Amino acid sequence: MAKQPAAVIGIGQTHHRAKREDVSMAGLCREAMDRALEDAGLTLDEIDAIVVGKAPDLFEGVMMPELFLAEALGAAGKPLLRVHTAGSVGGSTAIVASSLVQAGVHKKVLTVAYEKQSESNAMWALSVPIPFNMPVHAGAGGYFAPHVRSYIRRSGAPNHIGAIVAAKDRNNALKNPYAHLHNKGTTVESVMASQMLWDPIRYDETCPSSDGACALVIASEDVAASSPNPAWIHGTVMRSEATSGAERDQVNPQASRDAAAVLWKQAGITNPIDEIDMAEIYVPFSWFEPMWLESLGFAEPGEGWKLTESGATALDGRIPVNCSGGVLSSNPIGASGMLRFGEAALQVRGQAGEHQVDGARRALGHAYGGGSQFFAMWVVGSEKPSS
Amino acid sequence: MRDVAVVGFAQRQMEEFDGSPTCVELLVPLFAECYEQTGWTRKDVGFWCSGSSDYLAGRSFSFVQAVDAIGVTPPVNESHVEMDLAWAMYEAWIKIQTGEVDTALVYAFGKSSAGVLRRTLALQLEPYTMTPLWPDTVSLAGLQARAGIDAGLWDETAMAEVVNRSMGDAEKNEYAVRKGASSVEELLARPMYADPLRKHDCAPVTDGAAAIVLAAGDRARDVRDKPAWISGLAHNVDPMSMGTRDLTRSPSAAVAAAGAGVDGVEVAELHAAFSHQELVLRRELGLSDDVAINPSGGPLSGNPMFSAGGIRIGEAAKKIWSGEAAKTLGHATSGPALQQNLVCTMEGRA
Amino acid sequence: MARTLSAPVTVAFDYTRSTGPVLGRFLTGLRDGVVVGARTSSGTVVVPPPEYDPVTHQQTTDFVEVSPAGTVTSWSWVPEPVKGQPLDRPFAFALVTLDGADAPLLHAVDVASPEEMSTGMRVQVRWADERVGHITDIACFEPAAERDAVATEQPRSGDMPADADVDPVTGIITPVELDYVYAASPEESAFYRGLAEGRIVGQRCPACHKVYVPPRSACPSDGQPTSEEVELSHEGTVTTFCVVNVPFMGQKITPPYVSAYVLLDGADIAFLHLILDIPADQVRMGMRVKAVWKPEDEWGTTIENISHFSPTGDPDADYETYKNHL
Repeated sequence: MAKQPAAVIGIGQTHHRAKREDVSMAGLCREAMDRALEDAGLTLDEIDAIVVGKAPDLFEGVMMPELFLAEALGAAGKPLLRVHTAGSVGGSTAIVASSLVQAGVHKKVLTVAYEKQSESNAMWALSVPIPFNMPVHAGAGGYFAPHVRSYIRRSGAPNHIGAIVAAKDRNNALKNPYAHLHNKGTTVESVMASQMLWDPIRYDETCPSSDGACALVIASEDVAASSPNPAWIHGTVMRSEATSGAERDQVNPQASRDAAAVLWKQAGITNPIDEIDMAEIYVPFSWFEPMWLESLGFAEPGEGWKLTESGATALDGRIPVNCSGGVLSSNPIGASGMLRFGEAALQVRGQAGEHQVDGARRALGHAYGGGSQFFAMWVVGSEKPSS
Repeated sequence: MRDVAVVGFAQRQMEEFDGSPTCVELLVPLFAECYEQTGWTRKDVGFWCSGSSDYLAGRSFSFVQAVDAIGVTPPVNESHVEMDLAWAMYEAWIKIQTGEVDTALVYAFGKSSAGVLRRTLALQLEPYTMTPLWPDTVSLAGLQARAGIDAGLWDETAMAEVVNRSMGDAEKNEYAVRKGASSVEELLARPMYADPLRKHDCAPVTDGAAAIVLAAGDRARDVRDKPAWISGLAHNVDPMSMGTRDLTRSPSAAVAAAGAGVDGVEVAELHAAFSHQELVLRRELGLSDDVAINPSGGPLSGNPMFSAGGIRIGEAAKKIWSGEAAKTLGHATSGPALQQNLVCTMEGRA
Repeated sequence: MARTLSAPVTVAFDYTRSTGPVLGRFLTGLRDGVVVGARTSSGTVVVPPPEYDPVTHQQTTDFVEVSPAGTVTSWSWVPEPVKGQPLDRPFAFALVTLDGADAPLLHAVDVASPEEMSTGMRVQVRWADERVGHITDIACFEPAAERDAVATEQPRSGDMPADADVDPVTGIITPVELDYVYAASPEESAFYRGLAEGRIVGQRCPACHKVYVPPRSACPSDGQPTSEEVELSHEGTVTTFCVVNVPFMGQKITPPYVSAYVLLDGADIAFLHLILDIPADQVRMGMRVKAVWKPEDEWGTTIENISHFSPTGDPDADYETYKNHL
């Protein structure tokens, strides 16, 4: 049995900031949702089901917050799901929402993912001490830095590659009015001069801590027919592996490679770099751009940094990556994956404004989480998939 | 829609689990039971989905290590909901309906005893004007119980009858953590605890885990002679506010039941963690008096957080497998005072 | 001996919540000594005001001041209060419909026994000594005289006290402190108990034969518990590492320090520890290190018995010997 066609017909996001002190959690979600509904030309009452995504509940100090949010989100009287798959959750949530349509169960599904990081401190929430252990690493940066070092050793990449990514993404963010960071004048040199936090990761190579939300309206074929520019879903995939396992490849995890292979097959893509027009890839630390380029098959193993260095991932490059400014410019953790998925859809709908890639017809949205172990990806396109 | 059936079910319930809050140690034998029931290996499972809560475990990402229990080389198609097992099963059922996979194993776990459960659950409330008062689960249920008593919808005797029947039935359930029939008179003679609730009106704090196996079409028929075919699966949610809801009702339960279709149900396993909630649910689900309720002993005999709703579906499925009933119902709830509800109906087919 | 090791853990944080305009209006009222509800599109007055209208889904804007006195519509006795509740002695939680409101508010009522509680009884707000714009500005409710005896004002719309506009409450701090007992798995417990004897104990997976340290309740590749015990060398190789220069909340070690994956000889998985006794910028991938133990009288069942790892001075391991562990 084939999946029912499904398309993104509404996209909304908040203005992401370090502290959105003007809104409650409900207000933050509604800001993104109301924009997505307006974009879709629908009202909340017309929505069949709502899917909420968010990273750990300790971030906001509310257990299963979708329950208290139900009424404010317009979910009362509807089916409501809550997905939590660590950092990949924004992507997984969009995929679960899509599957409600692809299964033929619902026709109009609204999905929203958010994080209000300013309610607490993510480093604290991720480092609650465990008895009998010792807290050796320091938050997500401390976790990923050793694996970045491994990548550099394995690939022989020059030290400034991460800075190229950071400078590119921060300058892309200047074209995105919703981005959290609008750091004008960021250059490779200024990134290289920033403080070394978790050697080999510098301050300017890390994502900010943001408050923000993203919402999508996903619709069935007949509903999408009334949309002027639906972003059709050409493929979705989720894959998971363990946090730590003997001889697990932490630089290029098998779950990532497997997910990409399945995704490209679903979307009928044999050569991603030629057939994908742009990619929104989850890059919370700059070096993950070349790492994921390799894992996703845009470059051969060990060669991803050359693609980055060549300028191919710039807005006008061969495979533009993170034209929105990416996670490096806005990181409301639970929403970060959905922002990647939503930005990819914006591009193929031709709605990305100043950071639009000319003529983008097929785009990748990507998210990962945990210790590089949970992967969620989709391909969206301006044309209805043929099969 | 594709025909999908419950073909495997395993559970553990205990008063106090002395192992880790990730419950990996509990999941490994549960999965082994599921493989034994189905004749499968992990490689036969197309999709995995789990349900659990970080706040129950007291740490972020408590579900992450649980995937170790699967054995994830090669990597798996997997998801997680911060919800009860029943909703993890719903996500898997949807996944099968898309045609992407034909089989799924869903699981959930929770160590309720790691903290003070009725206090931990205050974190589940509206965080601006409710949680700062730390309203505990038992008190919120008491408000609901009294609302029904004051309205003349039920009384202490009706609540005691629920308890008495459950405790009697629980004697046949090897997983029950509280059991033992007495009499309505004896129950009513026991002291009030959280007036209007006596201790036996409240489900025991329970640790545990459970797993359910789903399969589509021939994959299900290959496993069992009488798969528990899912004839209806629906869920819905009400607003949380205790003030604007009629606490004697649970509209979302009624909507879920209407969506799932309850006609002809012979056995219903209801996720009623407090005796009066069974009375609310019977009305909302439209169950007639001849429907057998909670023959397993129900949540009053064991209520492992995040598994107990799914366990209701598993217990209801067993009645189909055994041929004891032709149509059964499993119900799950979440949130204070029956805020969110899921209904799954299953039937045997010739 | 217990099957597993366990120890208490407290998860505590003072959350800083922004309230948004609607809840902010309610909390501003409490600070100013008035209870504010809102009229919904269906005409009912609800306290606290819902942030969004249940029917129109628009943000609530029609605020109404209600009386601090009202009627109990349901209640539940709290025989054993838990930490953080409004009263530390037995009390009642109650739904109280304030005069002028149509829907009840959840709060505590201070009475000595359940015999003093009844549905329909009259109660009034007991304000906290100091009001800051928080739900706990209402310390609790207390029994009140009959409706006629209490001077209550009619609900008012619009004419809110001037303070509400001048200095509205926009945020609250809500401390969340939860106590847990954390238990290690049986396999981890064996590891920690080994450490208390100065040993580093791993276990082998019966399926893939890899040696895990710490041992695991399920080998992540095969889903089977590791079993056969393997005593590991106290020496190993740094596979990869980072230099932590950043201070963070709850940090126990002063930066800069090196956090490294150490692959002990005989193990098939590296574990994280500290590298000291060498300047951070001289630590290398492949460096050979040995465990430095704390004095024996300081040992417990903890990884902290190993103070850190220190260079052995031996030549670095060949990249080929650890490249599959990156």
